[in-house]
Amino acid sequence: MALLDVQDLAVSFVTRNGTNKAVDGISFSVELGKITAIIGESGSGKSVACYSLLGLVPMPPGRIDGGRALFEGRDLLKLEETELRRIRGRDIAMIFQDPMTCLNPYMTIGKQLMEPLLYHRKVTTAQARARALELLAEVGIRDPESTIDNFPHEFSGGMRQRVMIAMALINEPKLLIADEPTTALDVTIQAQILKLIAELQHKRDIGVIFISHDLAVVADIADTIVVMKQGQIVETGNREGIFRNARHPYTQKLLAAIPTDSKPPRPGAAEPLIRVQNLCTWFSQGRGREPVRAVNDVSFDINRGEVLGLVGESGSGKSTIGRSILRLVPVTSGEVRFDGTDLTALEGRELKTMRRRMQMIFQDPFASLNPRMTVYDTLAEPLLLHGIETRKSVAQGVLKLMDDVGLARAFVRKYPHEFSGGQRQRIAIGRALATRPEFVVADEPVSALDVTIQAQILDLMQQLSREYGLTMLFVSHDLAVVRHLADRILVLYKGEVVEQGTGDELFERPRQAYTRQLLQSIPGRSLLS
Amino acid sequence: MNARAIDDIARAEQGTSLWKDAWLRLRKNHLAVFGLVILALFVIIALLTPWIAPYSYQAQDLELGASGPSAAHWLGTDIFGRDLMTQIMYGGRISLAVGFVATAVALLIGVTWGAIAGYVGGRTDAVMMRLVDILYALPFMIFIVLLTVVFGRNMLLLFLAIGAVEWLTMARIMRGQVQSLRQQEFVEAAISLGLSPATLIRRHLVPNALGPIIVYTTLTIPNVMLLEAFLSFLGLGIQPPQTSWGLLISYGAETMEEYPWLLIFPGVALTLTLFSLNFLGDGLRDALDVRGAKD
Repeated sequence: MALLDVQDLAVSFVTRNGTNKAVDGISFSVELGKITAIIGESGSGKSVACYSLLGLVPMPPGRIDGGRALFEGRDLLKLEETELRRIRGRDIAMIFQDPMTCLNPYMTIGKQLMEPLLYHRKVTTAQARARALELLAEVGIRDPESTIDNFPHEFSGGMRQRVMIAMALINEPKLLIADEPTTALDVTIQAQILKLIAELQHKRDIGVIFISHDLAVVADIADTIVVMKQGQIVETGNREGIFRNARHPYTQKLLAAIPTDSKPPRPGAAEPLIRVQNLCTWFSQGRGREPVRAVNDVSFDINRGEVLGLVGESGSGKSTIGRSILRLVPVTSGEVRFDGTDLTALEGRELKTMRRRMQMIFQDPFASLNPRMTVYDTLAEPLLLHGIETRKSVAQGVLKLMDDVGLARAFVRKYPHEFSGGQRQRIAIGRALATRPEFVVADEPVSALDVTIQAQILDLMQQLSREYGLTMLFVSHDLAVVRHLADRILVLYKGEVVEQGTGDELFERPRQAYTRQLLQSIPGRSLLS
Repeated sequence: MNARAIDDIARAEQGTSLWKDAWLRLRKNHLAVFGLVILALFVIIALLTPWIAPYSYQAQDLELGASGPSAAHWLGTDIFGRDLMTQIMYGGRISLAVGFVATAVALLIGVTWGAIAGYVGGRTDAVMMRLVDILYALPFMIFIVLLTVVFGRNMLLLFLAIGAVEWLTMARIMRGQVQSLRQQEFVEAAISLGLSPATLIRRHLVPNALGPIIVYTTLTIPNVMLLEAFLSFLGLGIQPPQTSWGLLISYGAETMEEYPWLLIFPGVALTLTLFSLNFLGDGLRDALDVRGAKD
């Protein structure tokens, strides 16, 4: 018998604008010792479905319309809150997406680990502490004895996620629900955490529900894959079935969105547009302390019309390089030549003139648009500032940009909050292209987006960079995406370039150990080969 | 160009400014509109007072003395037999002027100061904010007394003195707002477009910091009016026969057992103004917050 058997679960949200069916009659089951992955983009109802099982969906506005969820013979949907509370954290535990916000910053991790144990079971503090130490060791925290009394900020993101997993496992649950547990992490860390979850699941013989927006992430660990779209399940199958012969068009679309190819070599003469020489960007930490060497003695060229990929994990200085070139952060030493002019020496009017020629697309389309400016204002600003359009012609210029980036003209008076992530990124791209730049820095432009949207935005960027004849620095932690888009790739580690080459060179003949490690971390790499 | 394209352009051109949108939203908020209408009415009356007041503000009828509301004196008279309605109308001129002018001064200095300090940061910020701290530490009364001693007593000085004290908090609020906004990517985006710092602050930072500023402004105006009453009461502000709502209320309070209307009517005028300001302030804050917009 299945550990958890969900039948015809339906959840809806009642708002002033009507009833929204978040989950519309879904059925799936989880076996002991197996991982069931629920895949879908944001708004597909994948999280709501799982949260409603534990009574974690606020009601109202939420409402369970029907169905049942048998967990060890008991229907979770019919349990009282007090009974549910006994199950939550003891029989069913959860791991959340963001390990930064899920730990209380004012409590040592030891205390936080012991809390669920002391709450759910009759144990002494000493016993609970011993158990916490055991678990920390099990999830791969080095030297638990000395770190158990540390505070969360003393751990890195990956380590915090390990602590979260330990906390979820401390009561020996039978079912673990992991809600995008690796989305906020670097690729290399993501690979480690995925491996850890699979190992623990296997060793402890528990059931796991793994929620993700990314099929590739679960490619190596899931036993059963459930694909959701708009509150309904479009396809269920085992891993082989889904990846080898997906039947539903949506699943096929998701699979197609995983970039697996590399960009064909670019013909033509190599004439450098950007020359970066011995660039150093250090951040002062105050008097008497060593500065953070975010970028340390980096040199490279970007040829006209070329897309250069910059890859590395967080803290590798990849974003800082982009910002240094654009003079958004002060450069400590070194030279950045743009078409022969040294950018680091420019000031005032000269700098403004150069800014017109180079633009940036930011990672987070929710933060990179002024929330109080309509699409019109956002796009009109650069057009007017650099005298590209006059007051009379600016409206036409704005509409032309909206056409170019694929935004419906009717949206011109809307504010950023009225758009989805993908649409916002289109606005941001439009703003960057408004000045007709020759050079664009794209800083993780798709990493905040759903996989299918990601593919659309990448297509758009490729198409626009051809139309506008752009030279691009494409910064990303995702090697697969970079390989798909870039002519050449630089691999960055701790502020320094460790390797460079074309996508195929790096993928087939990585020279450095770090590059190999990065390659091995690409989720679903078994599919790429 | 076909008709459709022209239509699109027309739509793009018309009213895309934050303020126009805010005004459209404000109009739907009945309380805010009520506040606006009352305030506008008071301001108009204040401006026209010399022509529409029923009596001269110096006219006394000592034989009549304090009398309740009557046909000749709608709101009654004070102990010197002066018409209370005339007094309230003239007092409103002073009170509203102090309230609006001093707050405007505070708003202008405070927002500019705080925005610059928050945006530039570093040493500039430290120096600017320490200056604010020093002014905070200066006892307000001594400051005013000093000013009146040096410059003599006049109305303009009173406005400036009050404004000069009230801007300190405004600057602090603004600086905090700007500091957190400064971290956001849209500010970086604006820098990389080549915007000058002044334009950036004006177009991108100030509109996003307005919420708390507006709420604080609506709290400042009544504060300033009461401050004026306090100063006048001490003899540092307005002197009889000139009057203000604050003064009328403090005189009314002295005689409230025998002649309650001398307290009630000026009190009603002040309260109405304060209510209207609060309604308008809340409405403005909601109207300027495009995210909260339901339409």
